[in-house]
Amino acid sequence: MDPFGTYKTAISARATDKAILKKSQDGGIISASYIYGLENGLLDGVIVANTEDGFKTAPKIATTPEEVLSAAGTKYTVSPNVSVLKDAVREYALEKVGIVGTPCQVRAIRKLMKYPMGFRHTDSKIALVMGIFCMENFPYEGMKAIVEQYAGIRMNDVLKTDIGKGKFWVYSKSGDVKAVPLKDTHMYEQKSCHVCMDYTAELADISTGSVGSPDGWSTIFVRTAKGEEYLNKMIDAGALETKPIEDVKPGLDLVQKLALQKKEKNDKEIVHRKEMGLPVPY
Amino acid sequence: MVRVAHIHMSGCTGCLISLTDTYEKLLDILGAVELVYALTLADEKTEITETDDKILIERKIPENIDIALVEGSVCLDDHHSVEDILTTRKNSKIVVALGACAASGGVTRFGRGGQMSQPSHSSFVPIGDVIKVDLALPGCPPSTESIVNLIMAALNGDMDYLEPFAEIAKYGKDACGCDVIKNVIDQSLCMGCGTCAAACQVKAIEMIEGKPNIMTEFCIKCGICGAQCPRVRFPELVQKIE
Repeated sequence: MDPFGTYKTAISARATDKAILKKSQDGGIISASYIYGLENGLLDGVIVANTEDGFKTAPKIATTPEEVLSAAGTKYTVSPNVSVLKDAVREYALEKVGIVGTPCQVRAIRKLMKYPMGFRHTDSKIALVMGIFCMENFPYEGMKAIVEQYAGIRMNDVLKTDIGKGKFWVYSKSGDVKAVPLKDTHMYEQKSCHVCMDYTAELADISTGSVGSPDGWSTIFVRTAKGEEYLNKMIDAGALETKPIEDVKPGLDLVQKLALQKKEKNDKEIVHRKEMGLPVPY
Repeated sequence: MVRVAHIHMSGCTGCLISLTDTYEKLLDILGAVELVYALTLADEKTEITETDDKILIERKIPENIDIALVEGSVCLDDHHSVEDILTTRKNSKIVVALGACAASGGVTRFGRGGQMSQPSHSSFVPIGDVIKVDLALPGCPPSTESIVNLIMAALNGDMDYLEPFAEIAKYGKDACGCDVIKNVIDQSLCMGCGTCAAACQVKAIEMIEGKPNIMTEFCIKCGICGAQCPRVRFPELVQKIE
């Protein structure tokens, strides 16, 4: 089984801007790319997963670096980013839109670009598709159960969440840090994630995630010519600090291990669903 | 030259506008095809019959059409409408249901007679209820880009690209926002990307708690939400990126 999909290069990187690193989940790649694009005319608007009251997520169309920064960080709950794509083009009159999504959302974007039946004059306005590594996602109520019942922190007090070292971490605004073993969170996962055969956002221009790189850094797969050109511009401009992926620990081996873990587990689920006569994406 | 016709049934001409909205791409298409029949875009082909008491001037659907793009639904109460669609099928190699009305009935599904401008017309069905349809492209109207893509794929014989449209022609006649509930959410396939909400051209879908909520009173049964969903149909060629 192919773990990563096609890619041109893989590197480890982090944003050079301290303000981004302070707010971002890991290496701040998405925020740095968006901000670089907005400041240098490569993008005139971007779609972000913003946090609202009670750590709820909602997609937002951002046109300034400040808006990008205020939405930085991983949410682990569903943000239907594609739902505002047409609004970005119509209501905000954007010509160069950056969009970020989970692997499934990136697949949705690629489908609408190839088959833009209900997306008049929209697909050509997508300037950059960014993808984030994803094992599974939680519905909002599922995450609320983990955060409030297991970690004992109220949703309104959540500052940041993180998944790492086998645990779901919750950081509160008052400084508490609680960890919930991942095995306790499995029952709250979105079940539709279990038919997903994509861990590293294989159809994005640029995919990124923390796995494979040291703390505070991110692993990046550059997949398309467009993504390559964009990333090279950023590196040349000094927006990113990079290291060869071969030189960092734990490296691509861990990404491969997790990607295959997801694919093998979900492949079994797909076979199981077929045996029961249930539909699977085709 | 490939002979293409645009056949107008009970529709609002929005699909034709979307076709002409291709601007410079339209020139590519027109350069590659012979447009043998289309409102406003091509000269009418008329047939004049003279009898003792009157002179009949009729617009005739031409013969030997390679690709017929049919816009609008069939009004069963109008014999011209029924005859036209039967003639279209007889005279064409490929019949494309262009847009929601032709593909699924669309907004004309709500026609119920007693209205201006022809009060006796009350029954409107997708063309697939009357004839066999080869390809159906949903949308109200379908985007300019998708019309270009479909025509170019048909000209190049790119069956991989056309396959999803053949499938919609086969199964998509009862299109509705509830397709997303029945085929995606009920089957535990929805992961909340929001493509359906963005695709909906009448804003009948809102995302609540990461899942689509269908406001049925606004749904015009065009089927674009289900057609655009990546969790039902994900054609293999979408996997190819450069």
